[in-house]
Amino acid sequence: MSLWFEPRLTRDWDDPSMIGLDGYVAKGGYEALSKALAMTDADIVDVVKSSGLRGRGGAGFPAGMKWGFVPRDTGKPTYVVANFDESEPGTCNNRELVERDPHRLLEGMAIAALAIGCETAYLYVRGEYLWQSMVLERAIAQAYAAGHLGPDVQGSGKRVDVVLHRGAGAYICGEETALLNSLEGFRGQPRLRPPFPAVEGLFASPTVINNVETLMNVPDILVRGAEWFRELGTEKSPGTKMVTVSGKVERPGNFEVPLGTSFRIVLEELAGGVLGGRALKAWTPGGSSTPMLTAEHLDVGLDYESLAEAGSMLGTAAIMVMDDTDCVVDCATRMVRFYAHESCGKCTPCREGSWWATRVLERLEDGQGQAPDLPIMRDLGTNLMFRAFCALADGTASVINSSLQHFPDEYEAHVRLGGCPLKVEHLEEVPA
Amino acid sequence: MVFEGPLRADADSILARYPEDHRRSAVMPLLYLAQSVEGSVTREALREIGALLQITTAEVEAVASFYTMYRLRPTGTHVISVCTNLACKLRGAEAVFEAAHEATGVAHGAELSDDGLFTVHEEECLGVCDFAPAVQINFCSHDTVSPERMRELVAGLRAGEVPSPARGPAFDSFKAASRALAGLEEVPSA
Repeated sequence: MSLWFEPRLTRDWDDPSMIGLDGYVAKGGYEALSKALAMTDADIVDVVKSSGLRGRGGAGFPAGMKWGFVPRDTGKPTYVVANFDESEPGTCNNRELVERDPHRLLEGMAIAALAIGCETAYLYVRGEYLWQSMVLERAIAQAYAAGHLGPDVQGSGKRVDVVLHRGAGAYICGEETALLNSLEGFRGQPRLRPPFPAVEGLFASPTVINNVETLMNVPDILVRGAEWFRELGTEKSPGTKMVTVSGKVERPGNFEVPLGTSFRIVLEELAGGVLGGRALKAWTPGGSSTPMLTAEHLDVGLDYESLAEAGSMLGTAAIMVMDDTDCVVDCATRMVRFYAHESCGKCTPCREGSWWATRVLERLEDGQGQAPDLPIMRDLGTNLMFRAFCALADGTASVINSSLQHFPDEYEAHVRLGGCPLKVEHLEEVPA
Repeated sequence: MVFEGPLRADADSILARYPEDHRRSAVMPLLYLAQSVEGSVTREALREIGALLQITTAEVEAVASFYTMYRLRPTGTHVISVCTNLACKLRGAEAVFEAAHEATGVAHGAELSDDGLFTVHEEECLGVCDFAPAVQINFCSHDTVSPERMRELVAGLRAGEVPSPARGPAFDSFKAASRALAGLEEVPSA
């Protein structure tokens, strides 16, 4: 089986002029915005609904439905917020999309703004993406100067302003309600839902929050139509998805594939196979918060449904590949340590559980583990899952549960041998 | 005073980005602005930001202490951030992190080197998993950094050189990068 399709989000990646307004306009840029200006708000929402575009940031919620939830009769302003906080470990495709094609994001944001009657859209960029935020600042200035943004968008009399806001190093701010708190000048801690942001979001007003890749799909949907969008992907997961492949592969990178493409094709044809021809041991399909899978799952399709059936999630489609020299306990320790560091501290199970799990994993890896540590890990996994405000704790639990499920022998070997069975071999593999 | 003269004008331009009745949103860029002047966020800056936004110093500190990119303690001229999260770890990041400590002379658990030049920070995912191990120096990206390359980068910084990042312009100090993070740096044309 081989992979051929007409690329969408990446079709102009070879053209460096796309970083500027002229290059983007030469390829038909901002025509979708003109089309949207000639449509009613409801028609814009309808075409995005019919396309079946689902949120690309992790949850997979249908974007058109999200837009349709926004009440228009509250007397308050409405807001669009673009989530460019991309922080899920292993994920960097939004970064490259913006580096190569920043105006497509701005056009998608402007169309979303028109769809919900929003005059001010916020663009939340993680602080570490300093250069990418500057690329966007430049693109925003160009779009204003050309009249695609500002008080009179393309002469329509409609106003759409875009305000860029930088984060400052907090994974949790990718969670949409934590992001709103951060944007309002508070600690980035999640809010209780309901009320959902569509009803009470930024500044207690109706708000749509979309991921960068989601918004960047919108201009094409307006110009080419919902049916065109559905020509690739699966019935329930239409369109393409950017995947990031990292870890032990020959060619790490960001690749666009139709949803439903098997992991085997991505690994073997796009990423060049496992590094050095070694054996695949484990992989995360959607970043470290999605349950890890194994070599038995090579033919699973990368889409929302197939991955759920395999016991995991599409997440951000960030594939981190571990080979047979990598210790699963060691990798799980690093991932769980991340969640312990990034827990915002609001909910006890997450704040205490991730810290405790890190300690237990560290002592297992260091050879200090005891037989009761394995039931402790199982217990922690159970008590972290679905026990907190947001999904951060579920991410911690997913690492624990999936690694225990697929590699129980490796955990037991750490206790039995009083240390990591792979350590000697592993150390030899680390580059000098 | 931190925000006086031209800095007061910078602070006002930051405040003007947000709706008049939601000025508190400016707290994050104002913290970056303060950091760009003093190399870290001082107590005086926390107080002044509180006064500007009409919130308490404690509320400002609550925000500043939540995010890792604000430094509340003395910080080196250069901040070296090494990602050791899984994608980078699988490509040898731990050895790069060690090399950063050795080359800069920053002890594990210490905030900065004795000469005040360097702060080394263990970073969670920097979003450059395609070029692991990922490193940032003053928030400028350096791709696929080996321990040897890390030693070269540190030696260059000691010699007063500004290493060219993998993408975008170079910032010659943590202060300069903080000013760009406040959104006050001219963006070079495409």
